[in-house]
Amino acid sequence: MGYTPVKFYQTGTHTIGNRLLPADARTVQSDDDRANALSCGHRACQGCGEALGARYAVDAAMRAVGGDLVAANATGCLEVFSTPYPETSWQIPWIHSLFGNAPAIATGLAAAMKAKGKATRVIAQGGDGGTTDIGFGCLSGMFERNDDVLYICYDNEAYMNTGVQRSSATPPAARTATTPALGAAPGNVFGQGKDVPRIALAHEIPYVATATVANLRDLEAKVTHAMSLHGARYIHVLVPCPLGWGTASHDTIKIARLAVETGLFPVFEGGNGDVTGVLKIRAKRPVEEYLKPQKRFAHLFKDATGAATIARLQAIADRNIARYGLIDPAAEV
Amino acid sequence: MEHKPFAITLDVGSSRANHTGSWRSERPVYADHLPPCNAACPAGEDIQGWLYFAEEGRYREAFDSLTVNNPMPAVMGRVCYHPCETACNRGKLDSAVGINAVERFLGDEAIRQNWRFAKPSTQTGKRVLIVGAGPSGLSAAYHLARRGHAVTIRDAGPMPGGMMRFGIPKYRLPRDVLDAEIARILDLGVTMELNTKVDDIKAAMQGFDAAFLAIGAQLAKRAYVPAGEGARILDAVSVLRSMEGAEAPKLGRRVVVYGGGNTAIDVARTARRLGAEEALIVYRRTRDRMPAHDFEVEEAVDEGVMLKWLSTIKHMEDGKITVERMQLDDKGFPQPTGTLETLEADSLILALGQDVDLGLIKDVPGLVSERGGIDVDPGMMTKLPGLFAGGDAVPAERTVTVAMGHGKKAAANIDAWLRGQIFEQPAKHTEAAFEKLNTWYYTDAPHQVRAKLDAARRVDGFAEVVQGLDADTALFEARRCLSCGNCFECDNCYGVCPDNAIIKLGAGNRYRIDTDFCKGCGLCAAECPCGAIDMVPEQI
Repeated sequence: MGYTPVKFYQTGTHTIGNRLLPADARTVQSDDDRANALSCGHRACQGCGEALGARYAVDAAMRAVGGDLVAANATGCLEVFSTPYPETSWQIPWIHSLFGNAPAIATGLAAAMKAKGKATRVIAQGGDGGTTDIGFGCLSGMFERNDDVLYICYDNEAYMNTGVQRSSATPPAARTATTPALGAAPGNVFGQGKDVPRIALAHEIPYVATATVANLRDLEAKVTHAMSLHGARYIHVLVPCPLGWGTASHDTIKIARLAVETGLFPVFEGGNGDVTGVLKIRAKRPVEEYLKPQKRFAHLFKDATGAATIARLQAIADRNIARYGLIDPAAEV
Repeated sequence: MEHKPFAITLDVGSSRANHTGSWRSERPVYADHLPPCNAACPAGEDIQGWLYFAEEGRYREAFDSLTVNNPMPAVMGRVCYHPCETACNRGKLDSAVGINAVERFLGDEAIRQNWRFAKPSTQTGKRVLIVGAGPSGLSAAYHLARRGHAVTIRDAGPMPGGMMRFGIPKYRLPRDVLDAEIARILDLGVTMELNTKVDDIKAAMQGFDAAFLAIGAQLAKRAYVPAGEGARILDAVSVLRSMEGAEAPKLGRRVVVYGGGNTAIDVARTARRLGAEEALIVYRRTRDRMPAHDFEVEEAVDEGVMLKWLSTIKHMEDGKITVERMQLDDKGFPQPTGTLETLEADSLILALGQDVDLGLIKDVPGLVSERGGIDVDPGMMTKLPGLFAGGDAVPAERTVTVAMGHGKKAAANIDAWLRGQIFEQPAKHTEAAFEKLNTWYYTDAPHQVRAKLDAARRVDGFAEVVQGLDADTALFEARRCLSCGNCFECDNCYGVCPDNAIIKLGAGNRYRIDTDFCKGCGLCAAECPCGAIDMVPEQI
């Protein structure tokens, strides 16, 4: 990955800060003076992964560019909970957009900054619905033109703001309002949906990465690296949703961690069409451990008929592990 | 009127006006739970507390923190059987933190740098007599002197230290280390009267406001071994004691030790060092039932000490010992089998335990315990008001660490008694269980094994067997502490709060919850590596 792990024995580099680490080895989030780009008083649910992921990512971007940053935001949970008129939680210049045109707005912002001769950097952000479904045309266009924008997708795997409807990022078998746990094949169907990080990679843009709220250092390193580059960049962050996934509010980070450790959510980075690095799995877990705490998968554990579906999900995880080389054979001691 | 953009009628407001703290049904509370190491320490050390300083390399503060409870870290870092390490939560992760080794490092550093204890600012004018200069006596003297009492120690022996000097061999506890730590205690103004045997405690207490009996257990238990011509039978206490004299005891070429405790191991290893070609320990039961600690047995075996299980000694005559094979019955007791065999031996050393010499309290009725030794109440006081007792002389496990703990506890009670009060033990914090940790955040790290002298070399003399840590390895070892149940300022709570509701108070001052905005999601508690945050229901 794009950072050097510090060998430190008590907590390694896994914690946010630690008084024993030199200041430059701590995260942006451990800093008293972090930007707090998404401030207190926002109306996100208890334990919201998206609120956390957005602050992690935007604070890192702010640090990387010295605070000279503007954001365009697609409609979605993130926008609704942070900006009920006339309040705002944002501590950065921030522009509202429609559900589907955040990438285009950002393209325009970048063009305007260039025209005005300003060095101000541009990010755009949205949820999975605004990114992988509704805004996908604008996003692909922004990639294709290689506009100077970092687009960050906070993926909570459904339309949570409007009441948990399926998106093209909803995983197979998950129950949503539009894919009820009924019938012979309950939940979302297998074989549909989009793998937008891979699609982004196929655009041959300079930088594409995935990350989660469970590994802050990895996320910050990726945002920081992305801001050191110009052109179209894309970071896809998995942000569990306690409401839509049916998990305890204190389990948000644990669930994200399990998504990575099972192999269901591969964490990688790349650019110009190739994957260049992956975050290795530290301790591989079976997919059941990830699925079981989530009510959206509860139907898989009601009776024996769920076993075949769980096996199919395990096969997806195993395929990810093989495809990205998520387990380092040398590290398995 | 201020110009506003199109369709905007209100000024921009901050969401900080929206106090989301009102959503909360539970609140996070920073707690200090009792780490298992501290809970297990017979001397009552705050181990996590001093490791906190040691892991920053703040060794002086670590030493000061450690010696609040135990004045002799260099001794304890060598002779303690470290129940703290057995209890250590890290043992469930990779291997226990080498607490004992770090303690020794701090103790050695203190001697090297000549660190002293702070003297009390005022004197109380109260006088306390301590009988016995062993670990419990010295510990009590230290704690009483730091509270401003005038302490006099009387010991029958020629040098202070008790069983630390006359029972523990030099290869486990070098005497310069012992001397340095005793001198540091005496430096507080403690009066030491050596070669002064106390025969009558009531008479001796004249002129003192209180007294502490720390007389140890010095009398070797005897077992009747029928002996004929030329049988040389000694007891382990005398052999180890004579090692401190001018002339080493003559044990011969083949030595048999009878017993299965740590003293049996000590005396067998001492015999090897004195030139015995064969040192054989004979024990009635099996190795797993031996009271001796495993690592000491292993070190002894490395040095060529031999062990013979399930055997009792029947007879000794003319350099020959007759032993009988034993067999464990259903209840695990050894029973004779009638099978006899003969061993060649120049001497037989009995290591069968020790009794307390109660001569000095024979004129005071009601002080002797049914369980042997001196009877004390939970505050370490005997039936005679103002007379306290501790260490090996009272019924308890007999180790240096337990004795140190007794000294501390007795001192606290004596201090309260002198002020006409009763010492109240502060309520114990709830224990920091392994299940409360979020071990994801800790890195696996190998345990630093203390270098051992080559086994073949160490039987030649009395050089110290276990070597200490150097500055690098001590820091490494200290940093392996998980800080169970006590915040170590990793910033996880500050980072993982989706609502920025945690306020950092600066290095060493931990954090505060901003209850205006904390929604009570519990992420901080769940992601706290060391389980130092509790979620507590809000009062409605």
